[in-house]
Amino acid sequence: MTRKIRVLVAKPGLDGHDRGAKIVARALRDAGMEVIYTGLHQTAEMVVDTAMQEDVDVVGLSLLSGAHMTLFIDVAKLLKKKGMEDVLLIGGGIIPEDDVPTLKKAGIAGVFGPGTPCEHIVEFIQKNVKQ
Amino acid sequence: MNALASQVLKGDQRSIARLITLAENSDILASQAMKDIHPHTGHAHVIGITGVMGSGKSTLIAELTSEYRKKGLQVGIIAIDPTSPFSGGALLGDRIRMMELATDDGVFIRSMGTRGMLGGLTSAVYDVVEILDASGKDVVFVETVGVGQAEVDVVKIADTTLVVLVPGLGDAIQTIKAGVMEIADIYVVNKADRPGVEQTEAELQSLVDISCSGKDRQIPIIKTAAKEHQGIIELVNEIERHQKYLKKSRLFDTQRRKRYEAELVEIIRKRLMNFIFDESTFKEKVEILIDQISKKELDPYTAADEILGKIIK
Repeated sequence: MTRKIRVLVAKPGLDGHDRGAKIVARALRDAGMEVIYTGLHQTAEMVVDTAMQEDVDVVGLSLLSGAHMTLFIDVAKLLKKKGMEDVLLIGGGIIPEDDVPTLKKAGIAGVFGPGTPCEHIVEFIQKNVKQ
Repeated sequence: MNALASQVLKGDQRSIARLITLAENSDILASQAMKDIHPHTGHAHVIGITGVMGSGKSTLIAELTSEYRKKGLQVGIIAIDPTSPFSGGALLGDRIRMMELATDDGVFIRSMGTRGMLGGLTSAVYDVVEILDASGKDVVFVETVGVGQAEVDVVKIADTTLVVLVPGLGDAIQTIKAGVMEIADIYVVNKADRPGVEQTEAELQSLVDISCSGKDRQIPIIKTAAKEHQGIIELVNEIERHQKYLKKSRLFDTQRRKRYEAELVEIIRKRLMNFIFDESTFKEKVEILIDQISKKELDPYTAADEILGKIIK
């Protein structure tokens, strides 16, 4: 049996725009991955607890409200605290270029802004997921 | 004892999650751990929930779980959604309705894709029930994919099977067809705050009157409106009543035996399939045979004999 890549697509915080997250979720599904989608308004604790129970390989965060510097980094810290550094953490949404280096340093391995073709995200995951 | 197994028995969340993944991938590491945990299983009451798409199964499970948590019980939830037969991927979205349970340590939720299995379940579901049971869960829910009429496998794994309907599904003839309607221990009419609920209830009642006539247990019909928190306590009470009935009538052991039979068959089926189709030498042989069948040099029955002849000596 081949191992399937499992991805949690989560929307942390109060932003209610989930069209992008759903489109990415669908693209990952079509690339043969198992995608767990949890809906809106997640706290960092909910995201990490879900990631643990679902034993995902990847956590993808989507945020369009501008709170990514707090919420993405909170998720990264909490993953580390629970010993889940092997989970590939990526994020997307309205994220200014200037913020990307700080996010990467905090452990968000890939950051994808508006206009990113879905195939880029699929490829990034396939290339960087821990085997 | 296997290290992973002993962590699972202690209820360690990460180990539970890891062992489930291994079992799902038919990993060799899983079978040793599964051997070690089996003696520690059998405590959890397994509740199967099945019904058409959009009937509110996930919401119902979330509500029932909150009720069990108030009683201090630990709950495991297995939520199954369909795997795409084309890409092999799946979108698992049952958790959306279970958000308020996400950070409760007494609840473990796992989403699974069907991964090619028909019947409404997924191949590793038997393992996952055992794992959650061994980890100390008192109640384990198994939510099937949204079913049509013939996906009835959940009855093999559940102690109590709930069939969830909603008002307005169709006329009385639908309720007397074979399949899903025959497996209920309890009927749930969810979204009972919607119009048409009396008709659905009446049609179900006439079905129960016919199918349970002369039997010592009538299948109860419970009306719920899960989103409005209505009817949940009544449903929990009815599940408990069924649990007591199973114990008293000794049906419990018969039913558990059926589960182990289904599990054993599934393990053998999976191993055989892997042996035939995954092992490289065999795979080549199979490809050659398929070519021959396509060219009419061979018929499918003779090809099957040839393959099985290599296994059964």
